[in-house]
Amino acid sequence: MTINFEVNGARRIFEGDPFKRLIDVLREDFALTGTKEGCGEGECGACTVLLDGRPVNSCLIPICQADGHRIETVENLGIPERLSALQKAFLEEGGAQCGICTPGMLLAAAAHLKAGGKADDLSIRRALGGNLCRCTGYQHIVKAVQKAAKAPRKPRRKKA
Amino acid sequence: MRGDAFSMRVFRPASPAEAVRLFAQNPDALPLAGGTDLMVGWNSGRLNGRAVLDLSRLEEWRRIEVTDEGARIGALATHSEIESHPVLLKRLPLLAEACATVGAVQIRNRGTLGGNVANASPAGDSFPALAVYEAFVHTVSKEGRRSLPILEVFAGVKRTALRPGELIERIDVPFLPQPPARQFFRKVGSRLAQTISKAVGAGLLWLGRGGVVLGCRIAFGSVAPTVRRLRSVEECLHSGRLTPETIEKACAALSSDISPIDDVRSTRLYRMAVSRNLLRAFLTGRA
Repeated sequence: MTINFEVNGARRIFEGDPFKRLIDVLREDFALTGTKEGCGEGECGACTVLLDGRPVNSCLIPICQADGHRIETVENLGIPERLSALQKAFLEEGGAQCGICTPGMLLAAAAHLKAGGKADDLSIRRALGGNLCRCTGYQHIVKAVQKAAKAPRKPRRKKA
Repeated sequence: MRGDAFSMRVFRPASPAEAVRLFAQNPDALPLAGGTDLMVGWNSGRLNGRAVLDLSRLEEWRRIEVTDEGARIGALATHSEIESHPVLLKRLPLLAEACATVGAVQIRNRGTLGGNVANASPAGDSFPALAVYEAFVHTVSKEGRRSLPILEVFAGVKRTALRPGELIERIDVPFLPQPPARQFFRKVGSRLAQTISKAVGAGLLWLGRGGVVLGCRIAFGSVAPTVRRLRSVEECLHSGRLTPETIEKACAALSSDISPIDDVRSTRLYRMAVSRNLLRAFLTGRA
């Protein structure tokens, strides 16, 4: 089956088994290994990507269901030389330790802030309720999201 | 064992008519909506070699329509779409609230109301709300269309009254003729997100002069093989005044309406106690 979809702003074509999981297509076919697999049951959120701007678990989506849709992975948030305000805040606040949950945390938080979500403790904890972290104890992650929420929004630079 | 994509046969109908035809020809196919439950089973390797009927292209079944009488919620409307729908929030708040407690945002963005019903988990969070709103589940198959009261859809743990080749196309939830004096939805679990309920309840109460109960609908989930309307409790309360004595009588009647069990999430005793506490809190106006 041929799947046409958008990944991080670029049009992509996947040819293969329609039931291959989105996470496996991203990692194996497109070498986007920022997306991590944790539980494979939709509990931990490590595999979170954005589908049409909304956080979803990429381990629970067969690639056929991505046909015609827009996917964003952690690779789209920033690059080491130019991190997003959210990524910077995670580094500064100690929101990332082992790193397995971080891509999913970043994407869930980015979607929350972009949708105009509130920056109070409970709103952030609700937005990140589907992302488990075994290192940080969450306090630093919540602080990082709050810090990013206060950061001035930079106009996005257009791609050359 | 893991899911083996190569072993799967996938049908991707582009219209409801095509979906019905394909399902009639392949009654063993697994209907796939948001995948939040089916894919968990698939990832564990339990569903290898099966055929799947992917319904995700059926835009017609994704819509939420509002009429004067109620909401027609397409089977493929997601929990996120329901919890944030301005009219549902106002007119069917218990359903919106229930949908907001399902899984976490990643699950609610994919999981659908039709999928929730078809899955028929004893712990389905939307069911008590659908039960007190007296929703109807509309189905379609090669034989035609049916409309089933929500309580008649569930036949047991993870079993429905749906026939082979029959799909849920939408769920109709009527608006209440009179606004209730009191209402409640409450899910009790181990944590705020990603929890499967130990007990989940919804209630509507209409009161007249002097605190006379004009009407009352209460339903609980996770405390029986299927969602239960509390008929004995409702009967205790009906037409009487809401006195401490009738409330205690109603709480005592609860044990004939529900039959909780011990399982990995909770115990029979805890579920019975917490259900009674939820009921008492609602009837005394503390919930």
